[in-house]
Amino acid sequence: MNEEKKYTTISIPTPLAEKIKKRIQGTGFHSLSSYVTYVLREVIAGTEEESEEAFSKEDEEKVKERLRALGYLD
Amino acid sequence: MPRPHGGKLISQQIKSLSENFEKNQTYEITTDQSEDVINIATGVFSPLQGFINRNDLDNIVSERRLENDVPWTIPILLDIDNNNIKEGDSLLIKNKETGLRAIIDVEDKYKFDKKILAQSIYGTVEMDHPGVARLNKMKEYLIGGKVTLIKNKTRKFDHYNLTPKETRVLFKEKGWKEIVAFQTRNPPHIGHEYVQKTALTFVDGIFINPIIGKKKPGDFKDEVILKSYETLMKHYYLKERSVMSILRTSMKYAGPREAIHHAIMRKNFGCTHIIIGRDHAGVGNYYSPYDAHEIFTEFPDLGIIPVFFRSFSRCTKCGSVVNDKICPHDPQYHINFSGKKIREILRNGQIPSEDMMRKEVAETILTFEKPFVE
Repeated sequence: MNEEKKYTTISIPTPLAEKIKKRIQGTGFHSLSSYVTYVLREVIAGTEEESEEAFSKEDEEKVKERLRALGYLD
Repeated sequence: MPRPHGGKLISQQIKSLSENFEKNQTYEITTDQSEDVINIATGVFSPLQGFINRNDLDNIVSERRLENDVPWTIPILLDIDNNNIKEGDSLLIKNKETGLRAIIDVEDKYKFDKKILAQSIYGTVEMDHPGVARLNKMKEYLIGGKVTLIKNKTRKFDHYNLTPKETRVLFKEKGWKEIVAFQTRNPPHIGHEYVQKTALTFVDGIFINPIIGKKKPGDFKDEVILKSYETLMKHYYLKERSVMSILRTSMKYAGPREAIHHAIMRKNFGCTHIIIGRDHAGVGNYYSPYDAHEIFTEFPDLGIIPVFFRSFSRCTKCGSVVNDKICPHDPQYHINFSGKKIREILRNGQIPSEDMMRKEVAETILTFEKPFVE
């Protein structure tokens, strides 16, 4: 798999890049890209909604029956 | 409740047995691999739909993520000889011990570099490392592709074996929103109870999730672990706040990478938190004691919160279980919870001090004539 496919270039303002470079000095981040990737992953993860399970009612009832039979539910 | 890892809980079990798969080319897999198939098919390994293909493996090695950027640290692999299996085949895979029958649609057949893989996953190529030793015994080719479970037989401890779908329904029925997972391979001593109850104090419920399977001589037998937890929970835990269910998977001893893998599996079970102790999933001196803590800072998008515990002991001056953040006393007052020492006492048919293990738990262990794997 080539690297071109794995990464893409994003432009950010140079002053911001400079600020980030200063900020990551002495941290575990070894590059501007690794820090920006981290921050974006964090932001994206925070926007993912909690899910209600997409089980059908029938499915859920079957599961509950088993859970009752096993003593997990009263 | 957290979304399943990767956004979707995988369920790949055949609904109808009308089709005759016995005419397909068959391939016998190991018991560990058949557990992998079951874990894929029931969603424990969501979002994996099958054994890892070449692109995902490359990405796991270099980025600790699947090709689509979802965190994934331990590759789930199916190794084969260079036989006549080829891409595009639909294989019937089988295992005698688990009674497994499943179909794998072979999307990818490829060679791999064992040294690169060992260095990346285990951080070493030394054969003394059990994970490296196992990897070196693998066959030369891997196949990747979607699996569909046809059937597997009923086994011992199935009454304690819940799928992610079942635990998610269970937690919802119990009204739990925040659930902390605790992984174990041993009967509980007082230190375990302290860790579990400390974490439980801040959430709605605890999910005790022993790993069941292959063990080495001297380890406690699976039935001893389960019975001893039953006893502890009966006498010292609120039924409405604690649940135990097993997980059938092999330990890889991959330290920090495996800690992330353990967290992902528990997220799929519906847990919001996971307890990570000192040298989690470690072996020998291959990892620093807190490597398995530090790695979590590199996965801001993991979707499950680690609850870190450092070392803990009983302080005779405090008169309670303590850790290095809360006890000011000299180490001479600290008694460590040594699993080895507790095993020795039990091996001699004696009950350990109540500072170490609940009397009821020790008595339960001693009801077994042979509590240890021989």
